[in-house]
Order: sequence, then structure tokens, then C-alpha cells
Amino acid sequence: MTSIILLSVFGIINLFVGFLKSNRILLPLALLFLAVVFGANLFNWNDTQSYFNNMLTIDNYAVAFTGIMVLSTLLLIPFSQRYIDTKDENLAEYYSLLLFSLVGAVMMVSYENLIMLFVGIEILSISMYVLAGSDKKSLRSNEAALKYFLMGSFFTGVLLFGMVMIYGATGSFNITEIGAAQVSADGVTNTMFVLGLLVTIIGISFKISAAPFHFWTPDVYQGTPTLFTSYMSTIVKTAGVAAFYKLMASAFAASYTTWFPTLIAITVLTLVVGNIGAVVQKNVKRMLAYSSISHAGYLLMSLIAFNERSDSSIFFYSLAYSTATIAAFGVLKLVADQRKDETFEAFNGLGRTNPLLAFAMTVSMMSLAGIPLTAGFFAKFFVFASVLEDANLMWLVVIAVLLAAVGIYYYFKVVIAMYMRPAENQEKVGVNSFTSFTLIFITILTILLGIVPALVSDIL
Amino acid sequence: MITALLLFWPALAALVVLLLKGQGAKKVAFVAALVEFAIALFATAGFTPEVTAPQYALDIPWIASAGIGFSIGMDGISLLMVLLTTFLIPLIILSAFKHDYKNPNVFYALILFMQTGLIGVFVSLDAFLFYFFWEVALIPIYFIAAIWGGENRIKVTFKFFVYTIFGSLFMLAAFVYLYFQTPGTHTSNVNAFYQLALDSSSQGWIFWFLFLAFAIKMPVFPFHTWQPDTYTESPAPATMLLSGIMLKMGIYGVLRWLLPVVPLGVSQWDEVVLILSIIGIVYASVIAIRQQDLKRLIAYSSIAHVGLISAGIFTLNEQGLQGGVIQMLSHGINVVGLFFIIDIIYSRTKTREISSLGGITQTTPALSIFFMILLLGSVALPLTNGFVGEFLLLSGVFQFNNYFGAIAGLTIILGAVYMLRMFQGVMFGNKSTHTEGFTDLTFTEMAVLIPLVIMVFWIGLFPNTFLSISEPAVINLLSIIKR
Repeated sequence: MTSIILLSVFGIINLFVGFLKSNRILLPLALLFLAVVFGANLFNWNDTQSYFNNMLTIDNYAVAFTGIMVLSTLLLIPFSQRYIDTKDENLAEYYSLLLFSLVGAVMMVSYENLIMLFVGIEILSISMYVLAGSDKKSLRSNEAALKYFLMGSFFTGVLLFGMVMIYGATGSFNITEIGAAQVSADGVTNTMFVLGLLVTIIGISFKISAAPFHFWTPDVYQGTPTLFTSYMSTIVKTAGVAAFYKLMASAFAASYTTWFPTLIAITVLTLVVGNIGAVVQKNVKRMLAYSSISHAGYLLMSLIAFNERSDSSIFFYSLAYSTATIAAFGVLKLVADQRKDETFEAFNGLGRTNPLLAFAMTVSMMSLAGIPLTAGFFAKFFVFASVLEDANLMWLVVIAVLLAAVGIYYYFKVVIAMYMRPAENQEKVGVNSFTSFTLIFITILTILLGIVPALVSDIL
Repeated sequence: MITALLLFWPALAALVVLLLKGQGAKKVAFVAALVEFAIALFATAGFTPEVTAPQYALDIPWIASAGIGFSIGMDGISLLMVLLTTFLIPLIILSAFKHDYKNPNVFYALILFMQTGLIGVFVSLDAFLFYFFWEVALIPIYFIAAIWGGENRIKVTFKFFVYTIFGSLFMLAAFVYLYFQTPGTHTSNVNAFYQLALDSSSQGWIFWFLFLAFAIKMPVFPFHTWQPDTYTESPAPATMLLSGIMLKMGIYGVLRWLLPVVPLGVSQWDEVVLILSIIGIVYASVIAIRQQDLKRLIAYSSIAHVGLISAGIFTLNEQGLQGGVIQMLSHGINVVGLFFIIDIIYSRTKTREISSLGGITQTTPALSIFFMILLLGSVALPLTNGFVGEFLLLSGVFQFNNYFGAIAGLTIILGAVYMLRMFQGVMFGNKSTHTEGFTDLTFTEMAVLIPLVIMVFWIGLFPNTFLSISEPAVINLLSIIKR
């Protein structure tokens, strides 16, 4: 609760600071705010509290995921330096919108009532619609915002539709009560309930860009300014998957057999679409968009494993994925801003001109590909381990393994461009020391978690 | 503790080397590798072969809640592999001295870093730790080959990288499956895996999951397609690392993680593996005869030799296994020596085509002698190291099946054909434009070749020094398999 209040207050303060027309102060201020929220959030550890007649519950699950999301935002906003330099007059609004959308994200991981889930998703999404179109003069950014808004609001409607049907079948919006209702009544076989459940799954699948509800992702990711793309593919996805798992675990655990076939189909499709789609991309940003779809697939794998390992494997995966993705988008942003190019060729020779950027990018690509010594390896390992607790799902792991090998192909295209292709553009990419520091921090964190995953893998 | 030291010393040294500027890096790397060898010798001095339990063992929790341990230790087989690695790496570093690689600090740091991965593979007693180091060893060699390699390096090394990772991911899946079959709270310790008694149908598919990873690494026919190109395109030190040490990871993996874990799976499929291996022997030898490029020739000969090792190991008798272990050492020594000599020839003549070479013996007595010795070791002439290994391996295969033995025995004849043809073409005959003014070995080159040649004779004349180290471990392994 403290984090929700703090984030809202800080968001408003940030908005007012915008009047000062002093863009330099915004970034340090936002970092300070986020650091305070991160610290305050940790105080709620092992101190489960319920608020507003069980509308929200701040438990360890909520604290852990809030932690990932606040940390991700903290690591991501240093890359906004360039906006400050270009003297964008709406800068304060962007920071405020990020903080406000975090409020929505926090609600999505701590809801106890479907209404709060809906409100959380809306707060998050509306901020994102605006941010997607924040590059006002760019056609692609406008396209992204419009697409995202139209599709997003449609699927929000679908989600609401599902929730209402569940309410109709069970008489409650409270997820614990929904969970209890179907055990006693005929909830599981009730047509309206089953329909509501499936429609809800579709609504949330859209938010985490799981196939076949992923069509908006590549276009929106590509058009959105890179900083906010990276926010979309980390915080929004983490919040979505965490909310999804919480919903399934609390409300629909008893109807596991009903939703399992649907979700496993979605998972396999997501893995295939994400990984195969990424292979043919020439634009790194689009490649990362497809990669984010494929990672939604891996996250869904641990969801459908649905056992006591699921929450910690989702947690670890989200953390590993978020840090690596932020570094990847961050480097991409720096390179693309300088070289005016987002294709793989833009990375040619980066290993020579900017060893630090190239190394950070390599580590993050290896982490996304799931290669040992990086957090991404243990993330995939924990996912596979949670799935294989049921040995009958070996086939799913085999599919995932084959597609992970495909993943290595497209991630390493970037690495190859950086180290092995000669640079026609020998120009060094300008990086300020604070951004470098952030990249070093992310890289160290990724490698550290790749060597001693036990630091955080067992906290849930 | 000494195992941990062996494991982390190269990684630490790699970090130091990385910080050095210019050509000082290679000297520091060389000294660090020598120190590592000294540690390995020290470990050997205190090693008791008769004890079959892992020695110098260390077992601390890694991911405690999941029962995954940082569990390392050495038995006789591991120790020999560690000795091979630590013996070859200083020589490989020394052999690179004459090249001016760009960014030498990164180059030598990667070699040392890879050493940590290799040692880790050989000393891991936990399945996931083994997998971890298995991949850790791959990353540096990929970058070495892909950054400092030849013209087609990008495509070729990428194929190698994706191919091997593809195989090892199946190994990971199999390990995770086995992990969940262990009783209680689950553990991935090697002994727990040995005690699993799975039904034979699951052992059948687990066998292929594991074998795929190891077969790609070795490589066994028909999983070898990455190998000749990668060996050819890699810079010489990377080729030596790949052929001298890295392929031993695959064979070692079979010994430690395949045969004792799924014995029933092995008994279902051992004939298939033997047939594949023997096809590989003949096929690779025949191709080697037709090769014009020296590096490709040795690459194919390496496939043939590894085919024999793999055939011998899957016979599951003591001769076959002991032969496999000793032949891993011999092959590592011979192939590194041969690739080094090819590198010497190439750096002086800028060609590896047999037809453009010739007449080198006229001016190079020392090189000719060393080349001849290594070559004879490779074709398994008695008194050289190759003889001991191939003799044991072939006698193992003959015990398994006479026909298999007879066909596998062709390796000796075909090996002599392509090796001597190569020697004749390169060293004898008239001088070509490329070999005009060919100079004899320098001091550094001697320093690399002399230890290798000493080992050729040492293993050839006194194989018991090494066989006695591995024998109790091999017998113990067989007792676990045959249980």
C-alpha cells in the first residue's frame, strides 16, 4: 500500500516540478522517488496486510513483483537522458505517466478483487497508450498509439466481459471467494463460468502479448519510442504474468482441467510464433518485440506447470528477463539514436567502437538466449524444472528446447554484428557516465544471478 | 580445496590478463597456465588411485532449496583429463606466441577462461554443475574462433555454436527429468543418478537425449558435419583447444553421465552406437585420404580416431574403457602437435595445400623428426602412445564382435595411408615456390614440441603410469554399469 500511495504522490509532485521548466532536475528526482519506493516496498516483506475490505492484499508475492517492477523502472529511466538533452517540453509528463502506470502495475500484482485487477490494468494501459504516442511528430509513433489504444481497449472490454460472467456464475468479484465458490457449487461445469474463464484468459493473454493475441506487438513496439517499448516489454509483461498467475492460483485452481488445454495451446503457439517470427526480422527492435512474445511463452510454461515451483520460477524469470531486456533496449536506443538505424547493421563494429556497450549487449543477449553464466540460463532452467515436475509434459519442454536453440540464432546475430562484422560507421556511440554505470550494474547483476541464483530464487 | 583451486585459478588469471595492455598479456597467461599445471601435478602427487570415491572433493550447496550442490572432486579418470588439460593449455598458449593477434589480452583471457570451463566439466559431480561448465567452456571458444578465425569464420562457427547448444539443451532436459526421478526432495548429485533404476523404455529415450549432446561434441558420425569446417576456419590455438581437449568433454560425458546413468538404455542401443562409430571410422578415413588441405585432413583423421574411442567405450569391457581413457590422452597430445606443425608450415608458406608444398625436409631436420614422431604416434606405431590406446580399443571391440573389430581395424591401415601420403607430399619431393627458404624450428616452437614428443614416448613405453591411475576408477565404473 505504501508503494501505491508513494508512487501516486510522487507522480503528482513530478507533474508540478514540470512547471519549473527545469528538465535537468527531473531525472534525479524520478530516480530518488523510485529508490524511496523500492526501499519502502521492502518494508512490507513478511507483513501481509489487506486493505479496503480485501480489495488489495500486500503479501510477499506482491512485494516481490513490485520490487522487480520498481527496480526495472529505476534501471530504465537513466536511458531517458537524450530526451532531456532534446529539451522535450512534455518531459515531466512522461516521468509522471511512468510513475502512474507503475501504480497500476502494483495493483495488478496485489489485487484481491477482480475490480482492482481491472482498474490496475486500465491505469497501466492508459498511461501506455499515451506514452506509445509520445513521439508526436513521428508517423510510426502515432500509428503505434492508435493501434495499441484500439486493440487494447477492445481487449479490456473482453476482459471485463469475462469478469462479469464469472461474477454472474459465482456471485463474487473476490478471487478467494471465486476459488471457494466453484469447489462447493457446480461452478466448474457451469457454462457461464467456463465461458467467463476462457474470455478472461483471452483478455489477459492480449496484455502479455501471447499468441494468437499478439498481432499488435511488433508494430506497437516498433513505433513506440524505445524507452517506453522497453517499459512495455518488461514492466507491463511482468505485471501481466504475475496477475495472470495470481488469478489462476487463487480463483481458478479448482478448474485447472478446464483451462489447462486452452492455456497449453496458447503457450505452444506463443513459443512458436515468438521464436520463428524473430528469426526473419531485420530490425532489431522488431526482433526484440518477437523475442518478448517468445518470453511470454516461457513465462506461461511455468504458469501451466501450476505447482509450488511456479511462483518462484515466474519471479526469477521476470527478473532475469526484465534486466536483460532493459539493457538490450537501452543499448539499442543509444546506437539507434546515434546511427539513425535500428537494423542489425547498425550494430556492426560496436565491439571496436564501444566495448562496454557491446559487452553489456552480449551479456543481455546471452541471458535472453538462456546461456549459462547469465541469469537467463537459470530462469529457463527453473521454468523447465517446474514444468518437468509432471513428467508427462516432457514434450512441451522438448518443443521449448528446440525453440530456445532457434532463439540463440537470432540473439547471436546481434553479437556477431558487434564483434565480427567490420564497421562501415566507425563513429563512437556517445554514452554518458551515468548510463554506462547503469549498464555495468545490469551486466553485473545478470552475471551474478547466473552464478549464484540462490540469492533470490528461493524467496517466494 | 585443491580442486576448487584448479577450477578458479584460470578464471582469476583470465581477469588479470584481461586488464593487461599489449603483448604482456600472453606472458602472464603462459605463467598462469604453468602454475595451473603445477597445481595439477601437486594434486597427482597426493592422489591415491585405489580409492574409487572422488578425491579432493568439495560439496557445498549451490541452490540449496533445490538440492543442487556445488559438488566437485576427482577420480582417476577425471584426474587424467585434468592433467591433459593443464598440460596442453600452456603449450597451446606458447604456440600462439608467434602470432600477433589483435586484442591479445582478450584472446588469452578467453583461453584461460575456457580452461575453467573444461576443468569444471571434468570435476563436476553434480549434473547441473556439469551442464553449467559444459556451456561455460563453449562460450570462450566460440568467440576465439569467430573473432580471430579465417574468412568463413562467422557462418561456420555459428553453425558449430548453435549445433552444440542444440544438443546440450537435450542433455539439460534429460538431466531435469532424471532429477525429478530421484527420491525424496530431489538432488542432482551424480551418485543419486547412479542409483536410479528407471524402467528400460525411459532409459531408452534418455539415452538418446544424452547421447545427442555428447555425440555432437565428439563428434560421432553422422553428427560431425560442423567439425571439419570449424577446425579449418578457427585460428590454430582454437583448433588445438577444440580437438585436443574439447572433444574429450564429449567422451568424458559418456563415461560419467551416460553409461552408468542409463545402463539399460546403453544395452538397447550399444550396437547402433558401435555401428555409427565404425561407419565414422571408415568414412572419415576415406575422406581424409582425398583431402588437399592439411587442416581438413587432420580434422577428418580426428573423426576417425574419435570413432574408435567411442566404439571402444561402448563395448563396456575393461580393455575398451581403459583404451578409451588412454587414447583420449594420446589423441589430445598427437592432434595438438600435428595442428601445431601445420600452423608452423602455414605461417611460413601461407598455404595448407599439400600440392603446393614439398621438399621441406631438405632444410629442416628438427621439424621433420618431430613431425614424423607425432605422425607415427597418430598411426599407432608400437612404442608410441597411439599404439597402446588403439590396441586396447581394438581388443575391446573384438571382444564385443569380431566383424566390428575387423572393420574398425581398418583405421590403422587407412590411417597410415593418409598420414604417410600427407608427410610425403609436404615434406619430401622437390621444393615448391612456397617452400623456398623454409627455416627450421625456432626456440619457442621447440619448447612446444619437445614436451609433446616426450609424452608420445612416455605413454608408448610406460603406459602403466597412466593406466594405473584410471584402472580402479574404470573398474568401479563398470561395476556400476553392470549392476
